Amino acid sequence: MIKFENVIKEFGKVPVLRGFNLHIRKGETISLVGTSGAGKSVTLKHMVRLLTPTTGDVLIDGTRINDLNGEELGKIRSRFGYLFQSAALLQWLTVYENVALPLRENTRMSEKEIHKKVDAVLQKVGLEDAAEKLPASISGGMQKRAGLARAVVTEPDILLYDEPTSGLDPVTSRTIDELIHKLQKDLGVTSVVVTHDMISALTISDRIAMLHQGEVVEVTPPNEFLHSKNEIVRGFLDSQCIHTEFFEDFPERILK
Amino acid sequence: MITREPYYCPECTSMFARWGYKGLSFCQQVGQALLVALRAIVYIPLMFSKRNRHEVWYQLFFTGIKSLPVISVVALFTGMIFAVQTGIELARFGQEVQVGGAVTVVMLREMGPFMTGLIIAASVGSSISAQLGTMTVSEEIAALEIMSIDPIRFLVMPRMIALLVMMPLLTLYTDLLAVAGGAIIGVTQLGVEVQAYLDNAVLYAELKDLYTGLFKALCFGFIICAVACHEGFTTTGGAVGVGKATRSTVVISFLVILVTGFILTKMFYN
Repeated sequence: MIKFENVIKEFGKVPVLRGFNLHIRKGETISLVGTSGAGKSVTLKHMVRLLTPTTGDVLIDGTRINDLNGEELGKIRSRFGYLFQSAALLQWLTVYENVALPLRENTRMSEKEIHKKVDAVLQKVGLEDAAEKLPASISGGMQKRAGLARAVVTEPDILLYDEPTSGLDPVTSRTIDELIHKLQKDLGVTSVVVTHDMISALTISDRIAMLHQGEVVEVTPPNEFLHSKNEIVRGFLDSQCIHTEFFEDFPERILK
Repeated sequence: MITREPYYCPECTSMFARWGYKGLSFCQQVGQALLVALRAIVYIPLMFSKRNRHEVWYQLFFTGIKSLPVISVVALFTGMIFAVQTGIELARFGQEVQVGGAVTVVMLREMGPFMTGLIIAASVGSSISAQLGTMTVSEEIAALEIMSIDPIRFLVMPRMIALLVMMPLLTLYTDLLAVAGGAIIGVTQLGVEVQAYLDNAVLYAELKDLYTGLFKALCFGFIICAVACHEGFTTTGGAVGVGKATRSTVVISFLVILVTGFILTKMFYN
């Protein structure tokens, strides 16, 4: 569904992606993990062409998106939902208006239909009581959930999450994980999650891709990832005190 | 596409090459600002559509009504100061009665559009730049683009309309208030009759003065919007970047307004 073919991305003289190859399958949830500066967010931004590769190709269902512009790019982007690290809600609109925005702007739905749909989505993310609040007056976790509601309200095929649990306490992080997992199950979308949080990655992913210095060093299902012999993977797991034995007795949901 | 990749100037060993790249970069920035502003003008026919109406009204209110207090004070005192200074000189020749004509002509031709342009650049222009800059660094602009919402239609067009409509109206208001301020000084300090002041004002001022002044105001509105939106959309570097963008907006707008004002004056009065 999403394919990176030998993508090289340089900012000035600094290479960020160095011959990046990755194939994301339809309907799967894949987590991109790695240290800061490994190229995770840059990879995500290439998928919606917020960034363009220096060389190499990014393909969405076989369509090369490197040179797309205007209407064609709009069509491709309308298939995506994107949860930003900062949620990126418009600060002068209420939570309800933020979630309703893509429907008001891009569809011919009546206000009544929009109201029904937005209410349903807000209920799904547990924000029905915060609908009339401004983003500045709700917590970080609630902002992320509002961002998630805005990302899924248009029923996209692909959901991209840029560090959905960063800056949140462990309890709220797990709530967000459960929400991502639930949305994936309910909507059957393809999800790409950029995260530092290994618990989160192990909980929600079908596969985990380890990025290191702009390259994919390992792509495996979570249980294989835990037993990986790759030194970079082992170092990353150890740095977060993730030990294989600790996860042996975890419920099936955690390791899928 | 508004969200742009960071621009990196290649390392240049020679001073001339460095200047060359800076020159090219400057031309590129001017081109980008003009493109954004012109695309906003292309979207103007959509101003009455349901999804844009509310924002257009809000921007008209913000630019026009909210600017009235500061413009009123500046206009009134500009007229009074000008009347005092010219009055002192005219009194030496016993020509105090001419003060009405002097204040009116200067305000209509030059000072009205300039004063209004500078005030709006400092208040509305800086506010536009700070808002768009904050939206850029917090990825709200990128979010709009991913939702297939054109930031130029959604954000720039209502501001462009507000500035194009309100700048000439506010300039007219500045002119009137400054002439009134001049009249206060003329009557109370220089002993000029109100009727004589007004007769003199009408005698020297021509319709061409009014039209050229209002045309200048329209051009200044376009300049303020183009500069503020460009600076906002190209903001990088968090809160510090937003501060820099706001400062640049005010400084660049002031300079471009002065240079454009001179060129237009030469065109109309050469």
